[in-house]
Amino acid sequence: MTNRLFKALMTSAVLGLTATTAISAAECIAPANPGGGWDFTCRQIGKIMYDIKAVDTPVQVTNMPGAGGGLAYNHVVSERADDGDLIVAASSATTTRLAQNAYAGMTADQVRFVGAIGADPGVIVVAADSPFQSLGDLVEAIKADPGSVAFAGGSAVGGFDHLKPLMILKEGGFTDITKVKYIGVDGGADAITQTVGGFTQAMTGDMSEVVSFLSNGDIRVIAVLTEERVPGFDDIPTAKEQGYDVVAVNWRGLYVPKGISDAKFDEWAGKLQQVADSPEWAQAMKDNGLAPFTKVGGDFQGYVDGLVADINAMSKELGVIQ
Amino acid sequence: MDILSNLALGFGVALSPYTLFLAVCGCFLGTIIGALPGLGPSNGVAILIPITFTLGLDATSALVLMTSVYYGAMYGGRISSILLNIPGDEPALMTTLDGYPMAKQGRAGDALVLSGVASFVGAFLATIGLMLLAPSLARVAFLFGPAEYFALYLLAFCTLGGMASNNQAKSALAACIGLGIATIGVDSSSGLPRLTGGNLHLYDGVDFLVAIVGLFAIAEVFFFIESHGKGSAVGVKLDKVRIPWADIWETKWTMLRSSAVGFIAGILPGAGASLGSFMAYMTEKSIAGEKGGFGTGVPKGVAAPEAGNNAAAGGALVPMLTLGVPGSGTTAVLLALLMTLNITPGPTLFTDRPEVVWGLIASLLIANIVLLLMNVPMVKIFVKILMVPAWILLPGVTMVSFVGIYSLSGSYFDLLMMVGFGALGYILRKLDIPTVPVILGILLGGNMEDALRRAMTLSDGDVTYLFSSPIAIGLWVAAIAGFVAPMFLRNILKKPQAVTD
Repeated sequence: MTNRLFKALMTSAVLGLTATTAISAAECIAPANPGGGWDFTCRQIGKIMYDIKAVDTPVQVTNMPGAGGGLAYNHVVSERADDGDLIVAASSATTTRLAQNAYAGMTADQVRFVGAIGADPGVIVVAADSPFQSLGDLVEAIKADPGSVAFAGGSAVGGFDHLKPLMILKEGGFTDITKVKYIGVDGGADAITQTVGGFTQAMTGDMSEVVSFLSNGDIRVIAVLTEERVPGFDDIPTAKEQGYDVVAVNWRGLYVPKGISDAKFDEWAGKLQQVADSPEWAQAMKDNGLAPFTKVGGDFQGYVDGLVADINAMSKELGVIQ
Repeated sequence: MDILSNLALGFGVALSPYTLFLAVCGCFLGTIIGALPGLGPSNGVAILIPITFTLGLDATSALVLMTSVYYGAMYGGRISSILLNIPGDEPALMTTLDGYPMAKQGRAGDALVLSGVASFVGAFLATIGLMLLAPSLARVAFLFGPAEYFALYLLAFCTLGGMASNNQAKSALAACIGLGIATIGVDSSSGLPRLTGGNLHLYDGVDFLVAIVGLFAIAEVFFFIESHGKGSAVGVKLDKVRIPWADIWETKWTMLRSSAVGFIAGILPGAGASLGSFMAYMTEKSIAGEKGGFGTGVPKGVAAPEAGNNAAAGGALVPMLTLGVPGSGTTAVLLALLMTLNITPGPTLFTDRPEVVWGLIASLLIANIVLLLMNVPMVKIFVKILMVPAWILLPGVTMVSFVGIYSLSGSYFDLLMMVGFGALGYILRKLDIPTVPVILGILLGGNMEDALRRAMTLSDGDVTYLFSSPIAIGLWVAAIAGFVAPMFLRNILKKPQAVTD
C-alpha cells in the first residue's frame, strides 16, 4: 500500500517536473548556468513580463550554457530560426564574442537584436588599503613597471572585463599591452576576493558585481566607465573626468530568431518597452546597480552592428585577435 | 546572546505551518532527486526554481523550499550509492566505496541508517558552524590565492594513490585519463579552444555529470547486457531495518572529524561538497591505517564521506551569503534564486536583511530534523523503488539518466558522450582500472590547472611563488606526506580490496 502510494507520488513528482517545462508558451534562453548575468536577465525580465501581464503564462527560463553563449546562439540560428515564442538573453559579452569571431564563424546578422533595457557600468576597483588613490596612480604605476599590477576579472582572457583596463591604458599612452597581467576567475565576486586578499592589485568588472562590497569598506571603486556619474553612486568619479575618455558598459537585453515576422518582432519590442517602463524594473535596476539604458526596437540593431565593428577593430589593435 | 535572539527571529519567520509543510515537501522531493542518478542537487534546485514563482512564494518560503530540496538531495545521493553502486550525485561518489560492499554483505539497512545519521551530524554541525562563524569565516576566502588553491588540489591528487584499487599504478593511470579529459575545452588563460575538434559542444569541456552517469550507470547497463541479466550485481536485498547503535557509537569521532574537514572544504569557494567528502574519506582512511579495512565495507567508510559532504553543503553557504561567491554548483543556483528575489548576498547581508539570513538558518535546522525523521524510519520506502528486479530497474535507471543528462544543456550531444563514457567505463572495469579517479580528475583537474596558470601569470612564471605563503607550504607538506607515506607503509600493512566489481 505504502509502496504503491510512494510510486504514485514519485510518478506525479516526475510528471510535475516535466510538465512545468512543457506547458508555458514563451521561452527565454539564458545561454549560461544559473547565477550569472544572462540568467538574471531572463528570470527578471520574464518575471516582470508576467507580473505586468505582458504575457499570459509565466516565461519559462531554459539554461543553455556552453561556449560563452555560442551553443545557444548556434541553437537559435540553426534549429529555432522561426520560433516566435523564443527570446534569448544577450549582453556586451554577446557582441564582444561575435566581434572576436568566438562563435565559430557566426555573425551578428544571423539573429535580430530586440533591445537593451539597462546597462551595468564598467568599474575599476582596488582594495581599501591599496596605495592607488585614482585611476592616474594606477596607470602611472603600470607605465613605470607593468609587472607590478595584476588585474582580476570575471571574464576569460580577451573578454570584456580584460578589454576595459586595456582601453584605459591605451588612452593613457601605454601601448605594450601584452605586458599587462590579467587573470580570469569565476565571476566578479571571486575577482574581488582575490583583490582584497592581495593576490591581484585591481579588479575589473561591472557595477552590479561590486555593489554589495561597497558599504562594507573592503574595496574602493577608483573609476566608473560611463559618460556621467551613476545616480546613487555619486561619489565615484568617472574615468572620463580623470582624463581617460573610456566608456564601457555591459548592456542587458534580448535577441530573437532571425526568421520571425516583423509583427512578432514588434510585439516583443513592445513587451520589452513595457518592462523598461515598469516600476518593478526600476526597482530591480536600483537593487542590482544597473544604470538606465533603454534602446528598444529598430535602432538597436544598428547600435549592435556599430558595437561589433568597434570591438573588432579594437581587439585587432590591442592584439587580442589577429 | 545576540545569536539566540537572532535565531528566535529566524524561527519566527520559518516556523509557520505553511513553511513547515513546504519544508517537508522540499525534503521529500530533494531526497528523490538526490537518489536518482544524474539528477544532483544543482539541477534539482534549478528545475524547481520556476515552481516557486508559479506558486507565488515570498522570499522566505521560497528559500525554505529550496534549501530543503538542497539538503534533501545531499541526503538522497547516498541511497543509490549504497544500493546500486551508482552515485546519485557527484558528492556521493565516495560513499560507493564502502557503502556498496557493506550492502553486499547484507547490511544495506545498517549502511543506510548509519549514513543518514552521519548526514545529519555533518549537516547539523555545519549549520551551527554557519550560524556562529559565518561573518568571521568569510575572511578565510581572502587567504586563498592561486598558489594556495593549487596546493589544495595537489593534496587531493596526492592522496589518491591506492584508492579503490589493489594497484596504485592503475589508480594513477585512471587519474591521468581524468586529467586529460579535463583539458578539453576553451583554455581560460588564453581563450583558445583545445582538443575540441571545432565542436561548439566541447568548448566548455566535458561536464562531470555526463562522465559520472556514463561511467557508472551506463557501464552498469553494459555489464547487465553482457550477463543477460543473470547474476547481476545490481539490486541488493534489504532485510529488516534496525538502528545500528553500535556502529553509530563506534563512528562518533569519525563523524565529528569528517564534519570539520567537510565544513572547511565547503567554505573554500569552488572546492565544494565533492572535495569535502573526498578529503573526509581520505583523512579517516589514513587515521584508521590499512588495517581499518577502508574499501571493504566498514561503517567508518560510510560515515566519513556522508558527514563530510553534508557538512560541506552547509559550509558552502558561508561564502555565498557573506561574499556572494558560491562555494559549489548548487549554491550558485541558490545565489541565482536570491538575486531573482532581489536579495543580493554580500558582506552586508547579515546586517541589512537579518530576517532572510536567520530565516534561512532556521529553515536549514528544520530541514535537517525533518530529513533525519524522514530518512531513518522511512528508509525502507525509499529503498523499495530500488528493489524492483534488475531487468525493470536498469532500463528505468537508463531512462532517468538520459532525461537527467538531457536537462543539463538540452542537447543530444551530451547523450552521445554519456554513452561513450559508458563504453569507456566498461573497458576500464574489464581491465580492472578503477573509474573513481577518472571522475576526480575530470572534476578537479580543470580547477587545478586554472589555479596553476593564474599563479604563473601573477608571478611571471616564477615557480617559487607556489610556496610563497605558510598556508601553501603547509598544504605542500601534507601532500608530499600523503603521497610518500603509503609507499613505506605498504609492506607492513594489508592492501585494500578492490571495490570495482
